Amino acid sequence: MINYIWGGLMLISLVTAFATGRLEAVASAAMDGAAQAVTMMLSLLGVICLWSGIMEIARESGAVDMLARLMRPVTRLLFPKIPPKSEAADAIVMNIVANIFGMANAATPLGLKAMKELSRINKSPVASHEMCMFAVINTASFQLIPSTVIALRQGAQNPFEIIVPVWIVSILTLIAGCGAAKIFALRDAL
Amino acid sequence: MMGYISAAIVPLMFFGIILFGFIKRVKIFESFVLGAKDGLETSFRILPSLVALLTAITMFRASGALGIMTDFLSPVLELVRFPKELAPLAFMRPISGSGSLAIVKDILSNYGPDSFQGRVASIMMGSTETTFYTLAIYFGCVNVKDTRYTVKAALLADLVAMLTSVYITRLFFY
Repeated sequence: MINYIWGGLMLISLVTAFATGRLEAVASAAMDGAAQAVTMMLSLLGVICLWSGIMEIARESGAVDMLARLMRPVTRLLFPKIPPKSEAADAIVMNIVANIFGMANAATPLGLKAMKELSRINKSPVASHEMCMFAVINTASFQLIPSTVIALRQGAQNPFEIIVPVWIVSILTLIAGCGAAKIFALRDAL
Repeated sequence: MMGYISAAIVPLMFFGIILFGFIKRVKIFESFVLGAKDGLETSFRILPSLVALLTAITMFRASGALGIMTDFLSPVLELVRFPKELAPLAFMRPISGSGSLAIVKDILSNYGPDSFQGRVASIMMGSTETTFYTLAIYFGCVNVKDTRYTVKAALLADLVAMLTSVYITRLFFY
């Protein structure tokens, strides 16, 4: 999919530029865009390192495990059929907590592990309701501090002002996603 | 008040995590450096795709194609009071993480981070995930042929995120 999007963007830009006589502007935009990507990454680099460093402390100190234990009742609500002491339940809560903390590097392997555990319980090429629910939660992932966006907002009066709105939107999104998954599951059962 | 909470949460979290690390006798400096190294690798890993996509998006805007596309869509978007400048981000967000990051960067440098468009773009980016990519790797790792209603539910959630980002921005800042 990304191949078509990228190719489409490039080709449509060039054709439009030719038609509107903006070839020169587009050529310099290409150089400018490539250079901007590097300055953008450099400006993000510090914040990403800072964030990953702080999160590593949270992980080593056991703060992440503690939060995972607090999250257990929520998983019981969303995954009533998964035994709370199983490996699947463990991986699910750890993945959710890692996502909340924005630890993408840790969240993905945990998520894949949870998916494999759920699939072992399921034993079918058709996804179980639990697998669908878990995937939907991950696509609507709730992040406490959207650190990359905050880093991109350098130069704003208050780069952090978006945090509370992001929480509200994330929660509404999560409710919509989980609600839809539950409703679709109920409809399937009929 | 909300601005104050937003500004205070990051320092408070740093304080809490470092203090907890001290109490648990974690070698906090070594841990930090180890984690930061991980962050360094992640950043460099996304650079090539960022160059590809930011180049394409900058060209797309400079050629006038972006303007034509958003003008074409604007009658439909006006029905739900969705700002046309954000339509490209809403489309790209579920498909590509680097692509949407490049669009957010483009919006922030063209309209400014304190503009209406800049705020909506930031909130939209911060509260969503790369839906198709996530589903591809999650279902790709297990042998599932039928994902049932997953895509429908996930895209519905994304739609809610796109629309509420706009309404929340109006509510909070204007």
